[in-house]
Amino acid sequence: MKKQKKLAGLQKRKAISGYLFILPFIIGFLAFMVTPLFQSLYMSFCNVELGPGTFANQWVGLANYRRALLQDIEFNRFLTESLGKLVVNSIAVMVFSFFVALVLNQKFKGRALVRAIFFLPVILSSGVILGVEYDNALLSSMQDMIAESSTGASITGAIKDILVTSGVGVRAFEKVFEVVDGVYDIAITSGIQIIIFLSGLQTISASMYEAAQIEGCTAWESLWKITFPMISSLLLVNWIYTIIDFCMRSDSDLMEKIDDEMVLQLNYGFSSAMAWIYFAVVIVLIAVSSLIISKVVYYYD
Amino acid sequence: MTKTATKTAARTNTLGARAAAFWERNKKSQNYLLKKTAMNVCVKIIRAVLLFGLCFLILQPLLNKISISFMAEEDLYNAMVIAIPEHFTTDNYKLAASFMSYGASLRNTIIVSLTTAVLQIAMCTLVGYGFARFEFPLKKFWFACVILMIVIPPQTISSSLYLHFRFFDIFGILESTTGSTINLRGSVLPYYLICAGCMGLKNGLYIFMIRQFFRNIPKELEEAAYVDGCGTLKTFIRIMLPDATPILTSCFLFSFVWTWTDNFYTRLFMGKVPLLAKQLPIIADRLSQYLQNEFNIGGGASLGYTNCIIATGTLMVIVPLLMLYLVAQKGFVESLSSSGIKM
Repeated sequence: MKKQKKLAGLQKRKAISGYLFILPFIIGFLAFMVTPLFQSLYMSFCNVELGPGTFANQWVGLANYRRALLQDIEFNRFLTESLGKLVVNSIAVMVFSFFVALVLNQKFKGRALVRAIFFLPVILSSGVILGVEYDNALLSSMQDMIAESSTGASITGAIKDILVTSGVGVRAFEKVFEVVDGVYDIAITSGIQIIIFLSGLQTISASMYEAAQIEGCTAWESLWKITFPMISSLLLVNWIYTIIDFCMRSDSDLMEKIDDEMVLQLNYGFSSAMAWIYFAVVIVLIAVSSLIISKVVYYYD
Repeated sequence: MTKTATKTAARTNTLGARAAAFWERNKKSQNYLLKKTAMNVCVKIIRAVLLFGLCFLILQPLLNKISISFMAEEDLYNAMVIAIPEHFTTDNYKLAASFMSYGASLRNTIIVSLTTAVLQIAMCTLVGYGFARFEFPLKKFWFACVILMIVIPPQTISSSLYLHFRFFDIFGILESTTGSTINLRGSVLPYYLICAGCMGLKNGLYIFMIRQFFRNIPKELEEAAYVDGCGTLKTFIRIMLPDATPILTSCFLFSFVWTWTDNFYTRLFMGKVPLLAKQLPIIADRLSQYLQNEFNIGGGASLGYTNCIIATGTLMVIVPLLMLYLVAQKGFVESLSSSGIKM
């Protein structure tokens, strides 16, 4: 109230019109986000029983959470697996999209065409099409066949064998090979990130590079001394976007388990509890990682 | 003959001259020029190979689907046939169209995507403008809510949203007056309600981008409008909106496309409305049903043929989007990259 009184005349009018403008959001947020969110939080502490035409909640305390974390044989494994995948994939997407944006920012013949192709996945790999793509058994069986028939000819396979038998950091190499094998997934999920990085690259003024070149900077040096710091504020945006995008995908084992519990077993309480654990872990991950990244970020202005 | 001969001679001459000049300059710069040129050519070749490979990687599934969709069943098992079908046929398209009831679904999908996209962007524009150009108490808090909304996966709240619309009620008013709640599930209405409340698919992202755009418009423009006697609403409609056309187009296109392919909200709310995104996943079941009924083949269709039909169906779903992308590619990409998304 005290603050309201301080705003007088024009300022007050502006505050009121500002609230009028964001009114749809406030109503929607309260009705379709806060209410369901609290309801699902409440449900995660309950056993939900669906009756004809109604449903009843029965308070059971932490039982659902205990069941998910301590009793369920799959949940912990799925959770750690999808988190590990999330981290590796997100880093790969960041590196890939940064690299591609660098290349696409250069001048060469047919750039418009290449750009158009790289952004194609933004529209083609969303929603149901992605799901259908993943179910495509023909493609995967064909891939298996190709992999079987060409074990001798595979370059990555040969490198893999050499590196693995040399015994240095086997686990780290395995992660790298996972990423290399999944380069298609990475390429089709990094459309938006490429656009964001490209928009950042275009705002860097050419005079900066010119000055560096005159001072004797090589292209490699100016990449790390100019491009990287100038674009680092977008790292944060892209990192968060990538993580969220990955979490929203419904094709992971964990999401399937949550969906199954809800749709097939009608275990609304248990599935809400699992969704909440996943959500909490992801939020913590985002918070910690963005804190670390924001230390590195350099703001030009 | 002589003319072309002299022309080529002249060209070789100039080429020779140019080469001579190049070696001359190279000598003067102590082989620096040669190294640099060789380096440039190398970079160009590597870049071309890399980009070609990546583009092929992205396009290959699409091309693969196109070639498969024209194949007759026996071509799928023929090891000789890889890309070009031996028995060219359009039967797959006819079958897939009948399985998806393509005409009706397409019409419905266009209507739903268009209306929801317009509604979403209209609401998000209002909200984004409010966040960008006005100072009011608790602004930071509400904006944090927008960020929170982007972060929360819709799966977390799907179960309770489902129950919410299954037993729909406005703050208990309906139940006390008529004694029962309405089942809003199975119609388009819940989706419209959600869009009107800016809670649809990725709406937080649109709010964020639109706010970012409006923040970059100079304050003087707005003040000039106020001085000239424009009200708040008039300034918004006459001064700000025309400026924001590029970002609004790009948000609209994204919203349209993502609604088109979305199967989360559609599955949740529109149980009975035939939409392409909902017809596509069940196309395989339809195929085995059809084979069962028409030809009495039990056990469903073969794996290869099922996938052929799925590929055809997928193509039919994305072809309208592809055409849209070809026409409005600038709207998708250029405006987004010019808007400058930053934190």
